[in-house]
Amino acid sequence: MKFTLSWLKEHLETDASLEEIVERLTMIGLEVEEVTNRADRLKPFKIARVLEAEQHPNADRLRVLKVDTGEGDPVQIVCGAPNARAGLVGVLGKPGDYIPGLDVTLSVGKIRDVESFGMMCSERELELSDEHDGIIDLAEDAPVGMSFAEWAGLDEPVIEIGLTPNRPDCTGVYGIARDLAAAGLGKLKERSHEQIRGSYPCPVDVTLDFGDTKPMCKAFGLRLVKGVKNGPSPKWLQDRLKAIGLRPINTLVDITNYITFDQGRPLHVFDADKVHGNLVVRRGKTGETIEGLNGKSYEIDETVCAIADDNGVESLGGILGGEPSGCTEETVNVLIESALWDEDDIAATGRKLGVNTDARYRFERGVDPDYMMPGLEYATRMVLDLCGGEASEPIQAGEVPENSNIIDFPYSEIRRLSGVEVSLAEANLTLKSLGFWISGSGDTVKVAAPSWRPDIEGKADLVEEIVRIIGLDRVPLTPLPRTGTVGQKVLTTSQIRRNKARRALAARGFNEAVTWSFIAKPQAELFGGGSAALELANPISHEMSDMRPSLLPGLLMAAQRNADRGFGDVALFEVGQVFQDDTPEGQKMVAAGVRRGTAKLQGASRHWSGASADVDVFDAKADAEAALAAIGAPVEKLQVYRDAPDTFHPGRSGCLKLGPKNTLAVFGEIHPRTLAALDLEGPLVAFEIHLDALPQPKSKGGRSKGALNASHLMPVRRDFAFLVGKDVSAEAILRAARGAEKNLIAEITLFDIYQGQGVPDGQKSVAIDVLLQPRQKTLTDEEIDAVAKKIIANVEKSTGGTLRG
Amino acid sequence: MRNYSLKDPDFNSARCARNDDRARMSNLDTLESDLLTAIDDAENETALEDIRVHALGKKGRISEQMKTLGKMTPEERQVMGPALNGLKAKITDAISARKDILAEAALEARLASETVDVTLPLRPSPAESGRIHPVSQVIDELTAIFADMGFSIAEGPDVETDELNFTALNFPEGHPAREMHDTFFFNEKEDGERLLLRTHTSPVQIRTMRNQEPPIRVIIPGRTYRCDSDQTHTPMFHQVEGLVIDKESHFGHLKWVLLEFCKAFFEVDDIKMRFRPSFFPFTEPSMEVDIQCDRSGGEVKIGQGEDWLEILGCGMVHPNVIRNCGLDPDVYQGFAWGMGIDRIAMLKYGMPDLRAFFDADVRWIQHYGFRPLDLPTLFGGLSN
Repeated sequence: MKFTLSWLKEHLETDASLEEIVERLTMIGLEVEEVTNRADRLKPFKIARVLEAEQHPNADRLRVLKVDTGEGDPVQIVCGAPNARAGLVGVLGKPGDYIPGLDVTLSVGKIRDVESFGMMCSERELELSDEHDGIIDLAEDAPVGMSFAEWAGLDEPVIEIGLTPNRPDCTGVYGIARDLAAAGLGKLKERSHEQIRGSYPCPVDVTLDFGDTKPMCKAFGLRLVKGVKNGPSPKWLQDRLKAIGLRPINTLVDITNYITFDQGRPLHVFDADKVHGNLVVRRGKTGETIEGLNGKSYEIDETVCAIADDNGVESLGGILGGEPSGCTEETVNVLIESALWDEDDIAATGRKLGVNTDARYRFERGVDPDYMMPGLEYATRMVLDLCGGEASEPIQAGEVPENSNIIDFPYSEIRRLSGVEVSLAEANLTLKSLGFWISGSGDTVKVAAPSWRPDIEGKADLVEEIVRIIGLDRVPLTPLPRTGTVGQKVLTTSQIRRNKARRALAARGFNEAVTWSFIAKPQAELFGGGSAALELANPISHEMSDMRPSLLPGLLMAAQRNADRGFGDVALFEVGQVFQDDTPEGQKMVAAGVRRGTAKLQGASRHWSGASADVDVFDAKADAEAALAAIGAPVEKLQVYRDAPDTFHPGRSGCLKLGPKNTLAVFGEIHPRTLAALDLEGPLVAFEIHLDALPQPKSKGGRSKGALNASHLMPVRRDFAFLVGKDVSAEAILRAARGAEKNLIAEITLFDIYQGQGVPDGQKSVAIDVLLQPRQKTLTDEEIDAVAKKIIANVEKSTGGTLRG
Repeated sequence: MRNYSLKDPDFNSARCARNDDRARMSNLDTLESDLLTAIDDAENETALEDIRVHALGKKGRISEQMKTLGKMTPEERQVMGPALNGLKAKITDAISARKDILAEAALEARLASETVDVTLPLRPSPAESGRIHPVSQVIDELTAIFADMGFSIAEGPDVETDELNFTALNFPEGHPAREMHDTFFFNEKEDGERLLLRTHTSPVQIRTMRNQEPPIRVIIPGRTYRCDSDQTHTPMFHQVEGLVIDKESHFGHLKWVLLEFCKAFFEVDDIKMRFRPSFFPFTEPSMEVDIQCDRSGGEVKIGQGEDWLEILGCGMVHPNVIRNCGLDPDVYQGFAWGMGIDRIAMLKYGMPDLRAFFDADVRWIQHYGFRPLDLPTLFGGLSN
């Protein structure tokens, strides 16, 4: 919402400076976004008269002008404007002047061998409008030599406020003045519009016809003014409209625009001679169309409110007038409409048709219902004053709804919600100055909001009004009392796990990434997502169309982006949400990481201490185990399975599970087909941990770690080498060995794997080192041999292997 | 260097020829000086051991002489006994001293050979090179501050219902305030329901109030979404919301909480704040908050200067919202606020471009990220 300072002062009697006004506007909730003064950039430009206009000797389209600048000798200017002629009064830019619309500073130039000492400017060149058909053509009596900005009334601050959607009353300058007056910054010049007596009945009737459906129009006021003389509106009116960025059209239209911004009351004018028969306000019908005043055509249906005559739809009520019945300079009989539309319908229609107009902006926020007929009177007055003519009696269809919301307001509510002490008198005065009606006395009064404040619902709104106007700085800082407990639970288990996983992974050299929650559909499908339920209806791009089923696509793509920038050895992780379905429970927390190139734990790329090899499946496995350990998973109980998703290399990937059905993590090298599908270059390894899959920690039983049982007896080590089939898993051997004597075997290390000479084809030699820890007494040789035999028997039995002799 | 062997026959015969007392004494002197010279010249422990054996071993020169003592007259013995014992002690000491010198020299030589180029650059250890993303770090900072004020962390899903994202928060159907949110929607389901991506963290206010008895003190960090994209807007961003519901917390408390937060978060002793009336459907009264900053010099400095910078929106929870959660707004009241996590991170740590937050450029993460062990705490300092 824009307005000029002088416009504001038309409604507000005040001595306050611009700075004070701007400050106060912001502090009462009408935030000033910008104060501009077009004159600042237009200072150098002066009014000048063209004395002579000769044909340029070397160019058909150019003329050589002699221009009177009001001082000294006339200057010579080469000009290409079609309207450049002797006698024209325009605006001159001289060498050294900056032309804002062209972003150039003028200098003396030669155009086709003729010197030019400046230029006559168009409106676009001065950023006054888009007009560029010719140079500015002022009234003949415009004073030559005077500052153009000053003469044109441009030397004025234009204030723009960012209006919150609850304040339709401040979509008009008058409402803004009222708020400022209430805040003590001057006195509101109360508006009053005389009732104009019509000299004849309005010949056009209007009916609201919504049948059994919900009415989209509450009330409709209309009157004819006949015999008007339309044409360009007076300069003061044009100046005001231009100052806030509106294009003057003709007096009748300019009046409606003016009242829209002056009072927040949108109006419409029909050329009565183009209206056929009476007007009906009704729902549109499928197949109907309208040519809007904005030059666009719209197809409408029964969700859109139409104003129709015998010819069809003439206007989209409250949003956009129609071109065929619009007012032109030739209009002599004008129908003025002031109506009251349903806010929700206006919003819905505007959205549906994609039309944003100043009328829609106001009606969807809620226009003052009580001002419908006064607004019509105001418009009639202006039409009569500026265009002459003779007004009919006004007619009204429908009823303006009454405000029935009476609020019981205990004054204690002010202190309860805001903590500030306000005297009864001050509270009353504040509400009254904003137009509120107060009845009763004592601690609780009855309050009704003025008709222009549809946002006021209840007590809290009244508190806001009072505190907003007396100033929020009066609210005392009040320490929030401490709660009764220390060491209360701040984080949930899930949050704690995420934090621990995050720091554990960063401590393994990973960089934390935050990637988009939505990814491209093919990527989502590749990783098990892409369902219709998780596809956005209005994605910002096709690369962000589906909620991610996994963090890996985002991380893999991110790793590749880094590689494309020349940083191929990267380790990236993310801890965040993935989406299995569209329920809250379907949103799971995951920690995932990728390593690319040679980004191994001990460092990447070449180094004097030893070059890093390419990342491999064991790097990913180590990361997964480390992160699981960090979040408190029983790492020693995890079982390794081979059934990782098929986005991983089938032979170089695995899952870490707690039991066959509970997968805590997957890890491995990325499948070459996945690399190809995502256009990635390996080597890339990755892991993904399902943080929610880990059972909740026991809430009872304390945090005791139990007694340390460190035996004083010397442990004994024994090595074994087995020949087993080459597909026998290490896990199988270790499990068999461990099971031999659980109480005695403290640790098993697999220290060698060998295939080749001395080992039969299809077999491998696996060597383990078993640590036996006696608890009661030192082991005898016989006891050690017995355990060894058991280990050998167990391994041989479960793997089909043999002890290597 | 002299080079002779202790087994040289000349050496033996020349020094053992004479047999009278004087000759004996003179012999001993010669033996002593020869032995001491040999000890001094010994280059290593092996040579030294050879000398010891030659002099003091069972058949060593001094030992052999000792054996002759028994055959001597008492007078002779009186002279030769102490002389021989003295020689034995002297040689033993000399060997021991030489041994120490040799050991010292050997150590020096070993150390010299072990010298390395300590200027060689190290390979950064993983714990040094990994980085925490600023969004995570700032959430940890917020957690540290608000936990101290008695808040806990609440969360909710990103995929939300229209009811929780808008209706329960007092956004009327079709109201322009809804449109200002640029909502991402999912496709309509068969039953007509249309889910959306939450446009703010405020639905979690509703979830919390419906599931938890007052008093409530929570902060709600999380991802939020709006279909908007330019230098200062990304389709996904992070918000943190605060909510206090009890029977007496009012706007004065809200002011205090936000002031304390700003001081703690921006790590300044004092900061000017400005509360401006504003509008949010879910709070009444509603305010926007500006903090003091200095924009001269092209960089925003918080807590100095004369300019204002908007950082958050807040207000008293709207009675309709309290009612929508099954509570009586005449009994329960409270306040809420919300701000952009990415935005306050940018303000505190000086990142110029929001979009870079989500690009995973390792150079950016390395530059703006945090060390894994720098967990923010109030007692240890939020940041370094």
